Amino acid sequence: MAKFIAKPVKSSLPSPEDVLEVKLPNGITVLARSNFNSPAISFGGYLPAGSIFESDEKLGLADFVATSLMRGTQTRTFDEIYNELESVGASMGFDSGVHNTNFGGRALVEDLPLLLKLLAESLQTPTFPADEIERLRTQLLTGLALREQDTSDMADLTFEQLLYDAHPYGRPNDGYVETIQSITRKDMKEFHRHHFGPRGMVLAIVGAIHPKKAVEEVERYLGGWQVPGQKEAPPLPPLKPIRKTKKRHHTIKGKAQSDLIVGVIGPNRKSPDFMAASLGNSVLGQFGMMGRIGDVVRERSGLAYYAYSSLHAGTGPGSWEVIAGVNPANVSKALGLIEKELIRFVKSGVTKEELADSQAHYVGRLPLSLESNSGVISAILNIHRHQLGMDYYQRYESLVRNVTRDDVVAVARKYIDPDRLVIATAGP
Amino acid sequence: MKNPVTQVTLKNGMKVMLREIHTAPIISSWIWYRVGSRDEPTGKTGISHWTEHMMFKGTKKFPSKVLDKAISRDGGRWNASTSRDSTRYYETMPAGKIDLALRLEADRMQNSNFDKKEVESERTVIISEREGSENEPTFRLSEAVQHAAFRVHPYHHDIIGDKADLRSITRDDLYTHYRTYYVPGNAVLSIAGDFETKSMLKRIRELYERIPSGPKPTRLIRPEPEQHGELRLSVEGPGETAFTQIAYRFPNATHPDYFPLQVLESLLNGASGLSYKTARLYRALVDREFAVDVSGWSESTIDPYLYRITITHRPDRKPEQAVAVLDDEIKKLQDHHVPDEEIQRAVKQARAVFAYGSENITHQAFWMGYTSMFSDYSWYTTYLKKLARVTPKDIQRVAQTYFQPRSRVIGSYVPKGKVA
Repeated sequence: MAKFIAKPVKSSLPSPEDVLEVKLPNGITVLARSNFNSPAISFGGYLPAGSIFESDEKLGLADFVATSLMRGTQTRTFDEIYNELESVGASMGFDSGVHNTNFGGRALVEDLPLLLKLLAESLQTPTFPADEIERLRTQLLTGLALREQDTSDMADLTFEQLLYDAHPYGRPNDGYVETIQSITRKDMKEFHRHHFGPRGMVLAIVGAIHPKKAVEEVERYLGGWQVPGQKEAPPLPPLKPIRKTKKRHHTIKGKAQSDLIVGVIGPNRKSPDFMAASLGNSVLGQFGMMGRIGDVVRERSGLAYYAYSSLHAGTGPGSWEVIAGVNPANVSKALGLIEKELIRFVKSGVTKEELADSQAHYVGRLPLSLESNSGVISAILNIHRHQLGMDYYQRYESLVRNVTRDDVVAVARKYIDPDRLVIATAGP
Repeated sequence: MKNPVTQVTLKNGMKVMLREIHTAPIISSWIWYRVGSRDEPTGKTGISHWTEHMMFKGTKKFPSKVLDKAISRDGGRWNASTSRDSTRYYETMPAGKIDLALRLEADRMQNSNFDKKEVESERTVIISEREGSENEPTFRLSEAVQHAAFRVHPYHHDIIGDKADLRSITRDDLYTHYRTYYVPGNAVLSIAGDFETKSMLKRIRELYERIPSGPKPTRLIRPEPEQHGELRLSVEGPGETAFTQIAYRFPNATHPDYFPLQVLESLLNGASGLSYKTARLYRALVDREFAVDVSGWSESTIDPYLYRITITHRPDRKPEQAVAVLDDEIKKLQDHHVPDEEIQRAVKQARAVFAYGSENITHQAFWMGYTSMFSDYSWYTTYLKKLARVTPKDIQRVAQTYFQPRSRVIGSYVPKGKVA
């Protein structure tokens, strides 16, 4: 084989030495790392203003607020904001989840001050102009009409309702037609006043800038933000356990394909079970061509173009799901194959070889997943959010390699009970 | 350019493009075959894409699961895609592991199995892939517009192919397609990343140069005759939301008018990969409440293709009102010179998009091969310069030439609610 000049892999991984972490006096945490390989800069972050604060009647409020932030501020109109951004090829956006409102963007490094100025304005002084809000409302309602016709979205929505029941994780962040219609400008302004503030906000910047300089820039635009009385999020309520298999079909007529999701409650990101569950999930429905699930449903049976499993582990209880899109006539057949694989997974776990393959994959893929600025941002935000320690990637290989076959079968049995599954389907 | 490209043609006709980039310990290797849906006659639509799927079913040396696992185990990422003009496969690997990708592609260029049982199982997988797309109203609409726009040229059909052909194509059809087009003289290997050119080239020669060149495949040529008059069509389906797609004919990627049209497209719909809320059509249609959204895209193709604008309608407005506003916006471009600053803005947007792309080695290797499919790499390296040379007069001229109702197709998606 030819000799290739390769740098040691570790040099490219974020570490406490090259990620600067500073907490500003007003509570904003800034994470910064340099990458001078391209003249660009990316940023991302979040603040604790998610849908957990909204009532069932006003479902979608946090999301509506997040998408309205750039629709007009005290100093700029919607068109002016986007004109500044788009004129220089920059981008910025907001969205929301249960816990947080998230933001992100990128620009050529010369335009970082512009990005931060617009971020600061959008966060601190949005005006929710009435005409813009109504325009946006029509767009959101059209989005909901399209969601209603989307088999994948509706299978997902149905699955989360069944899995989480009345828990905040069981509610769709984008709300329902009637809740979006009921949200007023006053609701939005109040939501913004009570929940947007510097406490708990995290902002990561990666790109062609020295970390110290990046922190100074953030301080210049956001260091003066103070919000007395910023409300604390309520704790997550306890989750009702699944006592027996629950199944629900959502009918959407006239569709050529149905989507299905089979799943259970999974670990959260900080759980000591996480790495074993993640590696187990890789064997089950990720590794190679979508793991064992892909092998059985796609490769051997030809039933689906996509059939895989997925572990969603965040702040609260996660979900562990198997997902497939199949012809409506093949739904039962596919479900049968998936259940059989889950039974096998729980009974026998994974083989030594399967585990070693996924472990090698996890370690080997790091340079690729951390190649771009946005990849590094998502990695360091994740580390910060789940308190994994900035030396996480220095410990990562041993965390992965230390997982044993026994660990995998133990988490499989702890979380997956083939008699207590949640099964959602959507299609004709 | 900071990192020059080495271009070599092997004795058997295979083109090799190498670009060293030492920013991360990663190498991305792409192999391109000059065959796509453009080369498919009626009865064989979808065969290029299906062949692409079969290339993952293994060879004697690399049986399918071995292949899959080997790449993933080494921390690599691999995939493939089929376009109108080409079929391409890539592996992006930690630098020290790229040899596997080179060996694998050299092997599967010649020795893919095309097992009959695998062909049958993949038939239903691809039909399922198509059915997933058919769930989307905009796919159904796009496909109908494309069918109407090309009566003769094979751009007529979608890359995935028609169900009739997906049901009837045989193992031997697929194998013939593979043997015909997957030959070194019809291939381009483009590699970017953390390697040393001399040793990389030596290794490529060892693996690829001895593959017999085989006869050079001829490509299907069926030029589309001129369109004389606007075509209108409608597609009915479930849902509450109406869409309109308007397709104008654009020249191929090497035509001199391609670049002014890129600027014009950027003015109408924004730059590719960026938000487009201050583009002319968004301001005219969405800000003024004639539509919920409007987006547009063209493609860089060997033969003239389409620029398509898709409007998502508001429930409280008639689709015709939105199309009339679109026509007004196009008339403005035909009647008046655009300010020079608008062109400069489009150039700056493109410069930013190029900078974002340079963060990613896979992307760098992609562009070398991609441009070779319809032009050469200088098309990419001179792109920004060519955009900067566009004048307001050019924009007006191409607006007048290419945006005529008589050569467009207008398709409507008519939502029928929750159909029975």
